[in-house]
Amino acid sequence: MFLPVILWTDALVFALLAVLLGALLRVRRSAPLRASWRRVWRNPAALSAALVLSVFLLIGLLDTLHFRPALSAASVPVTASAPGAASASAARYSSEVRSVLDVLLAPLASRSERTYSAPLATHAYARETIELPDGRQVREFPRLRHGGAHLVQLDDWAEDVMLRVLRGLVLALVLWFVLSWMLVIALRPQAEGGTQDRMHEGSRMSAAEFSAQVWRGQSEIPWRSLLITLGFLLALILPIGMLVPEYHVLGTDKVGQDVLLLSLKSLRTALVIGTLTTLVMLPFALLLGMMAGYFRGWVDDLIQYLYTSLHSIPGVLLIAAAVLVLQVQIETRPEWFPTTAQRADFRLLALCFILGITSWTGLCRLLRGETLKLREFDYVQAARAFGVGHWRIMRRHILPNLMHIVLIAVVMDFSGLVLAEAVLSYVGVGVDPSMNSFGTMINAARLEMGREPMVWWSLSSAFVFMFFLVLSANLFADAVRDAFDPRLHIGGRSA
Amino acid sequence: MSHYLLRRLFYAVLILIGVNLITFVLFFKVNTPDDMARMQLGAKRVTPAAIAKWKADRGYDQPLVWNSERQGSEQLTQTIFFQKSVEMFRFEFGRADDGRDIAREISQRMWPSLALALPVFLIGMLVHISFALLMAFFRGSYLDVGGVVLCVAMMSVSGLFYIIGGQYLVAKVWSLVPISGYAPGMDALRFLWLPVLVGVIGGIGSGTRWYRTIFIEEVSKDYVRTARAKGLSELVVFYRHILRNAMIPILTGAVVALPMLFMGSLITESFFGIPGLGSYTIEAIQAQDFGVVRAMVFIGSLLYIVGLILTDVSYTLVDPRVRFE
Repeated sequence: MFLPVILWTDALVFALLAVLLGALLRVRRSAPLRASWRRVWRNPAALSAALVLSVFLLIGLLDTLHFRPALSAASVPVTASAPGAASASAARYSSEVRSVLDVLLAPLASRSERTYSAPLATHAYARETIELPDGRQVREFPRLRHGGAHLVQLDDWAEDVMLRVLRGLVLALVLWFVLSWMLVIALRPQAEGGTQDRMHEGSRMSAAEFSAQVWRGQSEIPWRSLLITLGFLLALILPIGMLVPEYHVLGTDKVGQDVLLLSLKSLRTALVIGTLTTLVMLPFALLLGMMAGYFRGWVDDLIQYLYTSLHSIPGVLLIAAAVLVLQVQIETRPEWFPTTAQRADFRLLALCFILGITSWTGLCRLLRGETLKLREFDYVQAARAFGVGHWRIMRRHILPNLMHIVLIAVVMDFSGLVLAEAVLSYVGVGVDPSMNSFGTMINAARLEMGREPMVWWSLSSAFVFMFFLVLSANLFADAVRDAFDPRLHIGGRSA
Repeated sequence: MSHYLLRRLFYAVLILIGVNLITFVLFFKVNTPDDMARMQLGAKRVTPAAIAKWKADRGYDQPLVWNSERQGSEQLTQTIFFQKSVEMFRFEFGRADDGRDIAREISQRMWPSLALALPVFLIGMLVHISFALLMAFFRGSYLDVGGVVLCVAMMSVSGLFYIIGGQYLVAKVWSLVPISGYAPGMDALRFLWLPVLVGVIGGIGSGTRWYRTIFIEEVSKDYVRTARAKGLSELVVFYRHILRNAMIPILTGAVVALPMLFMGSLITESFFGIPGLGSYTIEAIQAQDFGVVRAMVFIGSLLYIVGLILTDVSYTLVDPRVRFE
């Protein structure tokens, strides 16, 4: 049926998921970590942001499951495939790499127009010369091939759109009630006085009581803000979902592609750059930072010299220089990349590495400073006195105590990296031009601003998607920093 | 003090050498001159003779670090490393691909860059500090909370949107200024005020939030409590005590950025068509002119290191507690 394809970035995303899973298990076992995460969730903004982020992440993950579809079903004519279909398992796979998201959005991708069209439009954006049946030629706005094509009478347009939005809203309301109720049932805590060992139903708080508590904002975790965000998300997604089958909700771009599709596909690029960059630089920063702080002396001097030199080069220039070099390597060796998807993916990965090289220095300095402090602590001294090896001390006694810095760095860097991608793509040293990303969208949209009438929808879509992605990342990162930074925490308590 | 400065200068030179080595490895070792020639001349059909000529024109036809065909000191000097990397310390950057002298070009283009970057920096700092003071003064109130939320929201907007939005609104809809371009002398004002405005607004989110953190940190210190206990009004506490002490991190943070103002801003300059160093860099990147990019990397690092040294000096000037042995 299909051949799974694991691109390089896919593999790293899966590795990242494995790391996250491992971290989750660790958090479950350790009480202090659980307490820190509870502090994160007690922040209403963080809880809402996490929900929005997880929707984005889900889309990104769906776009990460790549495969190559078998050719027999899709492109061979039906008559020819009938007898040989069974033996076609001998594998003739399309050279085009698709993702699960592509399959889900296949209706969107197949319904492309000829050129620009405004959101929800039924007619094209510019006049064209149309030949009437009686041979006369007129210049007018042609009907779109797909946008609103089901309408028999154009007067029905407003009514149809309203009806679909309304239907979506009603569905959203119903779904929201069901989900909220399920959440309340699943999450209601032990009733007052109910002890841990009496886990039968009676000892739990009644659902009505708990939902009243949530509604008044008195639950320990602010579920109310989560539910409100969920309501907004549903009220946004479902009406759009109702409109999507017949309209281009966000319009179409220059070659007639649906802008909603482009925006959703761009999410993966942004997420990959935001997360993998920190992941690939992490081993270097950790190892070098710990070594510098732990061994001191000439090791420290050398490592400090290395990262000061790297840090002295202005970030954009170092990235630009490295990407230029990379471009030359890719261009002069076309034989490395059999498909465009592989080339684009390689370039994305390389961009992550290059961004990582420029951004590890800050983290390395922090880790070095913390290690300098930790190595003087009694338990480290004791371990050394017992003759525990250097590497073992670093792994067992120092590394776990650096993890909060790493976590804070990872979440704080994310939004900056997403924003950096857009700028780099504009400069021309970003992702491969064939890859969907917010940077390439903005870049293309720049010229559209000068058109008359203005084509505003691509730019606005990129803006809205990026804004909510980065905003929720920022809010979440702030909450994580506040919960995990021991300095802030102690300061907050004494004040 | 002078002893300390000398040591810092020595260290700065060491770092510059490090930067130089990194760029050398990146541009000539990872990416051989042959690769560059093939890239510039078109990857597929290119004759060895054309490559040789391209290299000879640019002086890339020598060995990388050791010329065994020459005698004496020329074994070292007649190499790419010496000609292209060591010469940078004398500010000899060679010629760009269009034949112009890079050093001359840089010395001309840094003034428009400065004309844009300096107002953005100064006005920006003034605006951000004022907002931050206001928020810190009313800390915990709705004004403060709303301000922080607004800052986070503004930080979440890509800088590109500020520029595009500003150009669209001010230049296209209201037609107040030309969309892009530049003129020397006082005429530049007409072209500059929009990019300056955009630059200041674009920085409000992160800037205000950063200064607010500094002020809030100062507010919780002991001397502030003492000042209040003496019966000073909150306004006096803020302007006489907190602002003055907060100036230490603010000033030293500003000094490190000061030399970098010469580098200009890549995106703003190219959007507004200002012929500064930022747009020069972007043009070089897009034309894949490696000589110019290498020169800009060197200049950028140099300015950054100058900034670091200035920071150290300014510490001693504004904070009498800091002394260097």
